[in-house]
Amino acid sequence: MSTATYAGQQVEVNDEGFFVDPAQWNRQMAIEMATADGIELGDRHWQVIEFMRKEYFEKGTGPTVRVLGKSSGVAVKELYELFPKGPAKMAARIAGIPKPKGCI
Amino acid sequence: MVDRSEETMSTRIVILGAGTGGTLTANRLRRHYPRSAVQITVVDQDDQHVYQPGLLFVPFGMSDAADIVKPRHRQLRAGIEFIEQTIERVVLDTDTVVLGDGTELPYDVLVIATGAVLSPEETEGLAGPGWMSKVFTFYDLDGAVALADALDRFEGGRLVVNVVDMPIKCPVAPLEFCFLADAYFTERGIRDKVELTYATPLDGAFTKPVASRELTSLLGDKHINLVTEFNTGEVDGEAGILTGYDGRQVPFDLGVVIPMHSGADFVGRSEGLGDELNFVATNPHTLQSTVKANVFAIGDATNVPASKAGSVTHFEGEVLVDNIVRFIDGAPLDASYDGHANCFIETGFDKALMIDFNYDTEPLPGHFPGPIGAPLLKESRLNHLGKLMFQWVYWHGLLPGRNIPGIGPAMPARGKQHPEPTGDDYLNEEVHV
Repeated sequence: MSTATYAGQQVEVNDEGFFVDPAQWNRQMAIEMATADGIELGDRHWQVIEFMRKEYFEKGTGPTVRVLGKSSGVAVKELYELFPKGPAKMAARIAGIPKPKGCI
Repeated sequence: MVDRSEETMSTRIVILGAGTGGTLTANRLRRHYPRSAVQITVVDQDDQHVYQPGLLFVPFGMSDAADIVKPRHRQLRAGIEFIEQTIERVVLDTDTVVLGDGTELPYDVLVIATGAVLSPEETEGLAGPGWMSKVFTFYDLDGAVALADALDRFEGGRLVVNVVDMPIKCPVAPLEFCFLADAYFTERGIRDKVELTYATPLDGAFTKPVASRELTSLLGDKHINLVTEFNTGEVDGEAGILTGYDGRQVPFDLGVVIPMHSGADFVGRSEGLGDELNFVATNPHTLQSTVKANVFAIGDATNVPASKAGSVTHFEGEVLVDNIVRFIDGAPLDASYDGHANCFIETGFDKALMIDFNYDTEPLPGHFPGPIGAPLLKESRLNHLGKLMFQWVYWHGLLPGRNIPGIGPAMPARGKQHPEPTGDDYLNEEVHV
């Protein structure tokens, strides 16, 4: 466990940079994290980010890529274009939620 | 407490699916209740019960298709009604199952045991040209039989085993396929002409760190390439190319692909019953669904965070039946299912290793079921014999719902070696292609 500073605020993150407490997140932090990853957040990115946060607060874990593709309104192919390093993990980190449990 | 139907004054239990979970649940319930107290009806779309662990051996000619299939109705005890019919949907509001021919089956308690289905059509190109001629799966009987022919004709080249996405049934089976392929080509004297590759969406050979490290190293020993974090976006069967969403390509001459899995289609047609992938939302410790109190689920049909495997279904069965009885009696449910799974992993050349784990404890080295027993996470001939013997145990012990001596539903904690609390370096051992 360590801390990172986004938008001038200290937040708790795990070893891989995922937020420990999604309540510490705000949109400005997402923009900073995305910029560091070389992504300029557009409407489609925000659609995914908001869907991920909603799923997390409803179900206790972020969605897998397949569920994102079925339910977020953004197809899997586009998800990879938006978040090239793997949509589930990359978008979850930018969305300020823990790493999706996904695979068993 | 269940309101018994006024006409019959007996409780009606309907079980959907006559595979491992449905059959053992029906048989255990039938033994528990006299026929006058409880009616048990089991529905399945066909009368072919496939011993699914046997599918792994069919492609290599180590098992014959006819040896792993038996009639479903013959596995059910006397006093259990078997209906061979497709399922249209479940209507939760009226506690009714609607069958494909329009028949309505009212129930007091419903058990969903319809497993997982393969969804090759969800992957671009997978079910297109080349499917069942150059790209196969061994996850169903037709595929396993066709693959046996293809392997027989295979004289060399690139064989790629690819898991498209998790969850899949028996997550170790694709690895076992790699190990057995290595042995199979060695015995045919053409191993040096075959390049074996395992492409997985996971970041290692397996989901849990200690076993992943062990199995990754075994792949290396057997000269099987490992491609990790590979998310298959497209399969071109004719050209023989897997393309990942990240643009990486894995060429093949013979493709063995494990398609995406979903819950049964009728779950999707039943309002409120399933999740996005048609699995039933289920309490991981009681096996009661979270959609309605009189609906339970077992095995691959659930969304519980355990492997989709027969051993999980077996261990769930005892807790499930206990909880159905408690539910009918109006008693509090027993939340004791711990996610216990136990698998033999065939490693080729008449050897196998065994893993034993649950929700909280990953597969560890040691011995099962106690300090003196079969070795865990270590190759041995004993484990291979165990795997072969298990087929008999399945038909004659597990399905009839008999308790297997010394093997209870809860994971034994004794006999396991816990890892030293150092960082895992298994990630560095992967071979990226």
